[in-house]
Amino acid sequence: MTQNILVVAEQAQSAFRKVTFEALSAGRQLAGALGGAVEAVVMGSGVEASAAQLAAYGAAKIYVADDGALADAATEAYTRVLAQVIEAAKPAVVLLGATTQGKDLAARLSARLDAALAGDCVAVKAEGGQVTATRPMYGGKILAEVTLSGSPVIVSIRPNTQTASQAAGAGAVEKVAVQVGDVATKVVAQQLDAGKVDLTEADVIVTGGRGMGCPDYSAVEALAAALGGAVGASRSAVDEGWRPASDQVGQTGKTVSPNLYVACGVSGAIQHLAGMSSSKVIVAINKDPEAPIMAKADYAIVGDLFEVLPVLTAEIKKIKG
Amino acid sequence: MEIVVLLKQVPATESMIAVAGDGVSIKSDGLKYVINPYDELAVEEALVIREAQGGTVTIVSVGPAKAAEAIRTGLAMGADKGVLIDPGDLALDGLNTAKLLAAALKAMPHDLIVAGHRAVDDDNFQVATAVAELLGIPNISMVVKQTIAGGKIRCVCTVEGGTREVEAPLPALIAAQRGLNNPRYASLPGIMKAKKKPLETKKVADLGLNAADLQPKVRIKALKTPAERKGGRVIAGDSVQAKAAALAKALHEEAKVI
Repeated sequence: MTQNILVVAEQAQSAFRKVTFEALSAGRQLAGALGGAVEAVVMGSGVEASAAQLAAYGAAKIYVADDGALADAATEAYTRVLAQVIEAAKPAVVLLGATTQGKDLAARLSARLDAALAGDCVAVKAEGGQVTATRPMYGGKILAEVTLSGSPVIVSIRPNTQTASQAAGAGAVEKVAVQVGDVATKVVAQQLDAGKVDLTEADVIVTGGRGMGCPDYSAVEALAAALGGAVGASRSAVDEGWRPASDQVGQTGKTVSPNLYVACGVSGAIQHLAGMSSSKVIVAINKDPEAPIMAKADYAIVGDLFEVLPVLTAEIKKIKG
Repeated sequence: MEIVVLLKQVPATESMIAVAGDGVSIKSDGLKYVINPYDELAVEEALVIREAQGGTVTIVSVGPAKAAEAIRTGLAMGADKGVLIDPGDLALDGLNTAKLLAAALKAMPHDLIVAGHRAVDDDNFQVATAVAELLGIPNISMVVKQTIAGGKIRCVCTVEGGTREVEAPLPALIAAQRGLNNPRYASLPGIMKAKKKPLETKKVADLGLNAADLQPKVRIKALKTPAERKGGRVIAGDSVQAKAAALAKALHEEAKVI
């Protein structure tokens, strides 16, 4: 076993996800504390050319598993390849981004390797060789500090919680001979909105709640567009059928940590607050000055969102030029 | 079709959660416990599949004796039978929970396993997928739609920025995401019938495992409540225009987020 950190890189539409760079940055600190190096693994089809980008974030070595059989990102196939890489690289810690793919892969890998897994963590550190992670539980109402034992240990890192910082690494590329075998699961179709930023990775989120009163989110969408952000929804808005479930922020939806969270007509039920209270700056726009969200917001405007949003959008466009 | 639902009893999402005196567990007094909301979707989907294909829906849960309440609720919704795996004093991590479930599943027929994609208490996103790996069967996560035909299940799943359609041969495990269905309520006759449906309790030893097999690799060192957010300021102004302009200025110059 080494004291190295192996970061599992993830690509979306041929580019690395931001969380991959965040994980590499967290991995560098962890490697410093453990006295090891940061390495990375890239899996997919046609990924070899991009692998060198990971060196800019400190990867000393980059394992590249480039094979047509890995084009689909099916968890089963990735688990097999990753298990092979881990067997050869013998890392102390495997870091993944807590994305849809990363979480599924981490769980399968933990069972395959009989390894500890801390999922969707907001911090990870090592002291005296002991890896400790901080992870939200109960939808963010509780923060748990957990210790992980055995080798390797697996940690998935919540997007938007680590600062991605560059630091040149040697970036030696090592090709992995891929032996995937038969894979039972097949991806038969995919529909991705190329321009859409996922809520979990967005720097800015504008959420519309029950106060929207109808499925017309154009006022929220216009503000989100002006801010370069994503549109979210409260549970009641999703229950009303105004927005898809994938837009839901909160304990039964997504937990988010953007730089700026603008809650429009959202009362602030405990499940919602738990899901967004780690946002850096919170703005609330609500008719009701007593709404729970108003007491959590850094900036609040008491008013009708349909009057406020168009004016605010125009003001923001002025600033952004 | 033999369908097994993996179910966990959790505190209702509207609960306030407080850390207990030991610093590593939560105060459970006065908490209302319910079926994990994603597992409720799993129960509903299992019932829908049984209605279409015939077969049996069995609910399996790992938890204390109290968790039988959640299984009974699932039986009242329409499931046929339940199995409660009571780990006794063992402190379980996610992987060990998956090992208990997998051991129970190996001893029962299963064409399809339906679970929630996460439990809203631990939020570790591990158990369902780990069970599939331990059983050596395919898993499909974040499922919002499924169809079964010709021994295969085809699912629409949410991924960042869109959806994917994934197909796997049965037996397989699917994990429910919000949007899959709207779970039915247990009817009064359903509740009455549920009282007579079989609910078996198994101990760890009954599954051929012992405490030495189930040493947790993840241990809680400390729980804490996140720092309470203090409210900031209400933007004052004579008009909507004035308030909006003041907010935009504050976000730009003070908070520096735009």
